[in-house]
Amino acid sequence: MHIAVLMKRVPETTARVRPAAGGRSVEVQGGETIISTYDEIALERAIQLREAGVATKLTVVCLGAAEATKEVRKALAMGADEGLLLVDAEPFRDPASAAEVLAGAVKDLGAQLVICGWKALDDDSAVVGGCVAARLGWAYASFATKLDVAGGTATVHREMEGATEVLAVALPAVITVQKGLAEPRFASLKGIMAAKKKPLVEKPAPAASNASALDAYLPPPDRPPGRIVGEGVAAVAELVRVLKEEVHAL
Amino acid sequence: MLYLQEQHLMIRQTVRDVVAKVVAPKAREIDETCAFPWDAVKALGELGLLGVPVPEKYGGAGMDNLSNSILIEEVARHCGSTALTIAAHVGLGTYPILAFGTEEQKMRWIPQLASGQAIGAFGLTEPDAGSDAQATKTTAVRDGNEFVVNGAKMYCTNGSYASTIVFTAVTGTDAAGRKQITAFVVEKGTPGLVQGKLEKKLGMRASDTRMIHFEDCRIPVANVLGGEVQIGVGFKKFMQTLDGGRISIGALGLGIAQGALDRALPYAQQRRAFGGPISDLQGVAFKLADMATWIEGARHLVYHAAMLKDADQPFARQASMAKLFASEVGTKASDMAIQVMGGYGFVREYDVERLYRDAKLCEIGEGTSEIQRMVIGRSLVKDGCGF
Ligand SMILES: Cc1cc2nc3c(=O)[nH]c(=O)nc-3n(C[C@H](O)[C@H](O)[C@H](O)COP(=O)(O)OP(=O)(O)OC[C@H]3O[C@@H](n4cnc5c(N)ncnc54)[C@H](O)[C@@H]3O)c2cc1C
Repeated sequence: MHIAVLMKRVPETTARVRPAAGGRSVEVQGGETIISTYDEIALERAIQLREAGVATKLTVVCLGAAEATKEVRKALAMGADEGLLLVDAEPFRDPASAAEVLAGAVKDLGAQLVICGWKALDDDSAVVGGCVAARLGWAYASFATKLDVAGGTATVHREMEGATEVLAVALPAVITVQKGLAEPRFASLKGIMAAKKKPLVEKPAPAASNASALDAYLPPPDRPPGRIVGEGVAAVAELVRVLKEEVHAL
Repeated sequence: MLYLQEQHLMIRQTVRDVVAKVVAPKAREIDETCAFPWDAVKALGELGLLGVPVPEKYGGAGMDNLSNSILIEEVARHCGSTALTIAAHVGLGTYPILAFGTEEQKMRWIPQLASGQAIGAFGLTEPDAGSDAQATKTTAVRDGNEFVVNGAKMYCTNGSYASTIVFTAVTGTDAAGRKQITAFVVEKGTPGLVQGKLEKKLGMRASDTRMIHFEDCRIPVANVLGGEVQIGVGFKKFMQTLDGGRISIGALGLGIAQGALDRALPYAQQRRAFGGPISDLQGVAFKLADMATWIEGARHLVYHAAMLKDADQPFARQASMAKLFASEVGTKASDMAIQVMGGYGFVREYDVERLYRDAKLCEIGEGTSEIQRMVIGRSLVKDGCGF
């Protein structure tokens, strides 16, 4: 079985992000770029399945800037077999368009299982995995906290309020993962040396429909100023009222 | 930085990942409790980071000294004690066996050291022999196929955890009456090898620093570093080991300095006084500029010395320069970071006071700053400025 892991390059969470002058792009200050956290969890589980012999091949697929070779190479150092970087020339791409490109790549690879994060850390759109499944016409399960694969079926655990849902998903399928599924490993020195010799194919992302265009990035609204509702015990009633009726925190 | 190739960047990234998860969260705590950084040693060992410059044949990663310098620098940005533990293990505990051991000795000890399953140490300094290491008083007297060792080594880093300690002892005198010094490897658990108590220190407090006593400690002739032919000629080896070790201590000072700037810069941008961020005040900005400039200079010296060693070119002078400059930059930059951060810099919660305490060791261990100046000065007089 061939697994494709979809991974996105995103700024670290400690980076300071704000609209750039002109509002057509974002400026990232400080921090580095990383493999989006949930995608990295997906990658870890895929590597485990590869090591266990459940998968015979593991390819990471990244749609992003040319600089994302850094993240793809890291994925290879962690244990993926091959990397595919689809260098994106689009200044902005909506999730459906990204999914169209990624689904095309998965089809070309001949993978039977796609694993990725349930959302990317930067844009939070949280639909790419589902859209890829729809494009491919494959089965789909989201928010997996446990994933096993045997005999053409993926067993997926999903945490719900008060219960764990266990699904048997027939392959081919797309599974998106949630925190807790696996703890990503560090790239070892052996892995880093091995990664130098692994294939990393870089090619321009193919044309895809893109129904959305970016209008602007607006700065977040200023936070409303604080308010003193009174002093001492006398203020408690008013405080409770504000929390209940205005802030809806109670 | 133009020196770095993709593999260096990848190693740096993996070290940053491990440091963020395993080293940094514990650094303040182990400074207080003086607990040995076992978690870090284990994690780094599993990834192959405790044998970076050791050839693959002996179980290492087969990478260069530049990679090893980057490793130590990155660890030192967050924890000097852990960085010193690694620097001593690789540069002092492992390197002499690799460089001067017989093939049999290398196969016997290196794979465990390189994989981090064993820790290495180095005993040169004695109570009455520090900078003047030739003043060694520890003796080793031959008795058949063994040497009987008596004496003591001081300030032995990793002393109580080391499976092997490379050390020096006097084995005789030559025709001119000069001491003949031999290098040995002693294994943990050898009868007569006695650990002293953990030293209480200004900094590097989680690094294991101890006295090691030899009390009629019997060591087989097979443990003479480099084999029997090397009896009486071990001292030079130790000096050569220190040349390489100095690059690591330079990397350590550099990492501490970088750690100080890492903390002082964002602090200065956020801290407001007199109507704006203090980083806008020239008196503060100049400090930050000096720190950044020193760090840049130190990094060039350290990386270049490592690259000379990797290219098998003479590097002793450059290693001393790198060690001297980067160590002093470590102390100066961490001092300045405290000043920039004011009262916050002085308290433990903000970490720069720890960096300051740790940095000072770099000016002392593996040859004091004075000894570096002596080495550089002698080399100038002997070989000219070489440019
Ligand atoms: C935390 C720690 C870890 C250490 N780890 C190890 C280890 O693993 N293995 C090991 O063998 N040693 C280790 N050392 C010992 C260290 O290498 C010595 O402390 C150092 O070499 C200085 O020796 P000394 O302390 O005897 O000082 P001394 O040699 O007595 O020096 C005292 C002062 O005199 C100056 N001085 C001496 N000679 C000259 C000269 N010719 N010209 C100008 N000035 C001079 C020195 O620079 C210094 O300022 C460690 C020390 C510490 C503090």
